[in-house]
Amino acid sequence: MSRGPSTLKPVDIVIVGLGWAGGIVAKELAATQLKIVAFERGVPRDTAPDFLTPRVHDELRYNARHELVQNLRKETLTFRNDPTQQALPMRRLGSFLPGDGVGGAGTHWSGLQWRWTEWEHRMYSGTVARYGRKIIPQDMNLQDWPIDYHELEPYYDRFEKLCGTSGKAGNLKGRRIDGGNIFEAPRRNEYPNPPLTPSHNMLLFEKASRDLGYHPFPTPAANASRAYINPDGVAYGPCHYCGFCTGYGCEVNAKASPHFTVIPLAHRNPNFEVRTRSTVLRVNLDSTRKRATGVTYVDARGRELVQPADLVILSAYVFGNVHLMLHSGIGQPYDFQNNTGVVGRNYAYQSAGGCGALFPQGTYLNPFMGSGAHSTWIDDFNSDHHDFAASGYIGGGGLSTGSNSGAPIGHHPTPQGSPRWGAGWKKAIIDSYQRMSGIAGQGSVMAYRQCYLDLDPTYHDSFGRPMLRMTFDWQENEHRLMESLTATAQTIAQAMGAQEVFARRGRRLRYSIAPYQTTHNTGGAVFGDDPGTSALNEHLQSWDVSNVFVLGASAFPQNAGRNPTGPVGALSYRLADTLKNTYLKHPGALAHV
Amino acid sequence: MAENDSPDSHGLARRSLLRVVAAGAVAGPWALGKAHDMRSMEAPAATGSAAGGPAAGTSAETTHPAPPVYTFLNSQEVAFLEAAIDTLIPPDESGPGALEVGALVFIDRQLGGEFGRGDRLYLQGPFAEGTPEQGYQLSMTPAELVQAGIADVNAYTRDKYQNRFEALSPDDRASVLAALEQRRIELPTVPAEVWFEVLLELTQQGFFSDPIYGGNRGKASWKMLGFPGIGGMYADKIAEYRNRPYSADPVSIEDLL
Repeated sequence: MSRGPSTLKPVDIVIVGLGWAGGIVAKELAATQLKIVAFERGVPRDTAPDFLTPRVHDELRYNARHELVQNLRKETLTFRNDPTQQALPMRRLGSFLPGDGVGGAGTHWSGLQWRWTEWEHRMYSGTVARYGRKIIPQDMNLQDWPIDYHELEPYYDRFEKLCGTSGKAGNLKGRRIDGGNIFEAPRRNEYPNPPLTPSHNMLLFEKASRDLGYHPFPTPAANASRAYINPDGVAYGPCHYCGFCTGYGCEVNAKASPHFTVIPLAHRNPNFEVRTRSTVLRVNLDSTRKRATGVTYVDARGRELVQPADLVILSAYVFGNVHLMLHSGIGQPYDFQNNTGVVGRNYAYQSAGGCGALFPQGTYLNPFMGSGAHSTWIDDFNSDHHDFAASGYIGGGGLSTGSNSGAPIGHHPTPQGSPRWGAGWKKAIIDSYQRMSGIAGQGSVMAYRQCYLDLDPTYHDSFGRPMLRMTFDWQENEHRLMESLTATAQTIAQAMGAQEVFARRGRRLRYSIAPYQTTHNTGGAVFGDDPGTSALNEHLQSWDVSNVFVLGASAFPQNAGRNPTGPVGALSYRLADTLKNTYLKHPGALAHV
Repeated sequence: MAENDSPDSHGLARRSLLRVVAAGAVAGPWALGKAHDMRSMEAPAATGSAAGGPAAGTSAETTHPAPPVYTFLNSQEVAFLEAAIDTLIPPDESGPGALEVGALVFIDRQLGGEFGRGDRLYLQGPFAEGTPEQGYQLSMTPAELVQAGIADVNAYTRDKYQNRFEALSPDDRASVLAALEQRRIELPTVPAEVWFEVLLELTQQGFFSDPIYGGNRGKASWKMLGFPGIGGMYADKIAEYRNRPYSADPVSIEDLL
């Protein structure tokens, strides 16, 4: 007996994915009294009982086995370095850790919460204005955001207040403040909470970088440095510096997460409903292919169901968003041969560089005292704060050191060249545990013709859909940036008094999916002013299907040298305003070419 | 360290014990019994071997003096892995090794559980070798990989040394593991370096993870490193202890349950 999927009673709005992006929009739209259903592929989670001590301080479960992360058995993607290769499935988690469950990656993030700079929203025009068009390599799809920093500033401000961000302003309404990030774009308000208390290595970094003429500041951290009640009335506990932050849920609600902030607030409205363990398979379009009629999803029992809706918001991380657009036929798929089409275009990632530093015997770093975003940073080589063209690349990166975790499965550093096992290894880990740290560089990644997402011709996920295929490699521009960040990191480490400094040298390596790097994937459903180079207009609305909005770092035309969550939160608030104030009053295309 | 033996005599004692295992007699470093082999239904070996009481042969402070019970690995795999993890993380003057802290109990449980079955891995075909940058591309679960590799390595050492791996001298065991790590040995079933990395990862996890998983008995590795465990709240200590030693008896999950 074969029967089609059951069709449920229509609702007004469907939200796909319930992390920061979906959570903020859900909370803001719930007040409209419209009927909203949010789909989350993972399980429901709450601080109590899911994140209570002592069970949540389990390094094996959360950091080694990735309890809060996407299960690849159900959904993964394929990967290759370049279009000449056969893409193969990512069979084991490594390079990045997409969230899964209510709260998404917001439950397990570190909490580095940036505002991107003016240049980072205008990388194309900013670069051309300073250096001319010739500096841009042929294969680089460098693009501006369709909106600038100043339009986003009020939303950055709201997101910081939501998260109780700890930090120190370096540019209050144009007034530069020593000790904050003097390179940041002007902000109207100080951070809601003062900076976290620095550790020994952070103080060493601060002094050394200042002595070198740089401008260190406390990294903006969504780890509350004191008890805090946000404007929605949500209470944060003060951070305990317990050292179980990145990869874990927080038992005292000191690390901002959607699961205890925006999502419970959305739930106060009876017209808001969450369906967990429910994977949206596709967005359904009508016969014109210009209008979405709702979504088809698989529920916890494996039933395929159709949920009609007037408005569909995709907030399912970069990969979920792009996969759903491609699989549903929303927008023209990107064709790298001709550099045409838009969906899957401009996929980018995060570059890295840095060094290890072994301090003299008798140094006590106490690496177990810390939290996720607990670090000191310099921005002197990030964004357009430096003459990047003189260094031979476009972009930049931040350099930092912090104290995040001493849990030993993940943290048992050894000097380069130490044995990897045996008595010599044991000696090295004991000797280094208290006196080895590192300086991390986190750099931008530009977008290139040959770096993109599309549908895989061979592999299917557990729901029978073609997998998303990632084609990505480091390019010359990023190699130069990473080498430059590494060299500066070594200089700072030496100035910090390191006895030995270690950095990888030698031949350039290709990007590998195997080791963890960052969960800062961007692009693939870029927003812009030109439908020839963007999948979404400036309102994050599909150019092709006007009742589909696509929210997240998938909208970024390229990646900056900092974490993406800040602008994702700001864009989420902005989208909620757009929908409440404009779209829902007069549904239809919000931008025209 | 509760151990009275000097490191040298301790090491010798261990080596001779391992030889006894290799010769087919009872007693391993635990010297209290032998693995139950749930699959082959071999009779459990006698307990209370010549090596004596609960503390003999171990230097771990143990809160669980009972002999290890293995529910997944068979006796040959246990013997192999006892020798292998003892080589990867050996006991010395700094503290006990992986075997003494129960890392093999950890490995046995992990391989017999959802990790070993590849619960979070994508293991559907088609399969291809791929490039190193494409990561793990085998069809095997971690348990299948570890077990197949043990058989492969035993076949190799029988051919080259006329003995099972666990019967080799410590130096020979270390050279075989190093050769596998660097893929200087080609194994018939598994890629040597992939097998080695899974074994090393599991051994370190069994050495370092919370004792609730069966390894790191007595929180020995945490004491060795000076990691205070999972119960710390340092808001009022982070400034005070800047560049100063902080010591606390480590706390584990079970301590706080």
